[in-house]
Amino acid sequence: MSEVKKVLFGPILANNPIALQILGICSALAVTSSLSVSLVMAIALTMVTAFSNFFIAIIRNHIPSSIRIIVQMIIIASLVIVVDQILKAFAFEISKQLSVFVGLIITNCIVMGRAEAYAMKNGPVMSFLDGIGNGLGYSAMLIVVGFFRELLGAGKLFGVEIFTTIQNGGWYQPNGLMLLPPSAFFVIGLVIWALRTYKKEQVEEPEFKIAANSRTQEAM
Amino acid sequence: MSSNNDSIKKTITVALSLCLVCSVFVAAAAVGLKPIQKANKDLDRKTNILAAANMLDANTSVDEAFAKVEQRLVNLEAGRFATDAEIQAAGIDVATYDQKAAAQDPALSIALNGENDPASIKRRAKFATVYLVRDGNDIDRIVLPVHGYGLWSTMYGFMALENDFSTIIGFGFYDQAETPGLGGEVDNPNWKALWKGKQVYNDAGEAEIHLVKGSVDNNDPQAAYKVDGLSGATLTSRGVTNLVQYWLGSEAFGPFLAKLRSEGV
Repeated sequence: MSEVKKVLFGPILANNPIALQILGICSALAVTSSLSVSLVMAIALTMVTAFSNFFIAIIRNHIPSSIRIIVQMIIIASLVIVVDQILKAFAFEISKQLSVFVGLIITNCIVMGRAEAYAMKNGPVMSFLDGIGNGLGYSAMLIVVGFFRELLGAGKLFGVEIFTTIQNGGWYQPNGLMLLPPSAFFVIGLVIWALRTYKKEQVEEPEFKIAANSRTQEAM
Repeated sequence: MSSNNDSIKKTITVALSLCLVCSVFVAAAAVGLKPIQKANKDLDRKTNILAAANMLDANTSVDEAFAKVEQRLVNLEAGRFATDAEIQAAGIDVATYDQKAAAQDPALSIALNGENDPASIKRRAKFATVYLVRDGNDIDRIVLPVHGYGLWSTMYGFMALENDFSTIIGFGFYDQAETPGLGGEVDNPNWKALWKGKQVYNDAGEAEIHLVKGSVDNNDPQAAYKVDGLSGATLTSRGVTNLVQYWLGSEAFGPFLAKLRSEGV
């Protein structure tokens, strides 16, 4: 049971794919300018990771190692197309906003990474849970980033006005930078900082140490 | 992994059967969901047309309201409604005509370049769909499709005019990918509301309407031709001005609207 728990909830804080493994940054920058879009993207990615892990784990003993990456890609790509079609049919408005990024789930390093690292070695059920867990880790990060970006950038959450902006006769001057992709770097950076302050074991060993100043003269 | 897995026979079998299963899976999803997707697209287009014409009403369904809208083709070069003969000769059908696709078809479009292409659309279809709402026999309002390049994306929208063919009822984009919060504010309802009542054509009959930096001064005698620019989105604002002036100008709908104005319908 504790194994299931570890696989399912470990990736949220202890082994977050974005914060610790620094995977899947690209889409975390692109789709987080509004919270509802982040949420749909998070669900779509969780579904794709879970099911691709599941199917790959089922056939893992029959995948020839020479073409294993191609096999994984075919399964992932098929699932992404299906998700894209479902979104177009049932969540048309949001699929318009996500546009190309659903297709780009194919290239999301998390999906591929989990397939290669976990699903190739474990059974279908555990792999499925691992996919859900990593999806949750990705989702948690996306929602945090989306929350701050939409709130500070547009004064809204889920499109509902929280801070009345100056354009609409209120007091809040929206921070336009928060709506541009680079701002996600700042938010993700701050989250990683907070996370590593809380969980010290995530801090990486420095690659080298700065030596003490051995000369007595003043710096030039 | 057994060595058996890596034999050529096994590799080919796995690859082929996987491709087969996946393609059936993908094809089933695509074909099965197609009708719903098409209905969504249609509904979206109709909703946007009605929104521009200010005919969207919470109590009537979109399809019901759209039943009052008449779809016609305009021959842009000749500046009049396309005749049946022209439509037949071009091999198109009014109801299913796709202006976006036609703009890519050399037989149905003209190339634009340099000075002729302020909206940066490269090619323009010879025929354009317009949507008429009639009051008895007279045209009550007309909705024109417009598009042009902003900062990042081609923006597609609809502009609705009153029956003097110059006063704007509504204007909105249904497809754009400008910077959210800056250029993306073209979707802001408050900004879209600014267009209502503005005049497109000046006394000389030229498309004068344009966006200005900052807010329009209401005491300005030219205020009817000016709309507030989008703050922080100079290039998107410029794109909007260009595309509106192009589509309503002498190269596109201008002659057609002038004809309607002088002759009636």
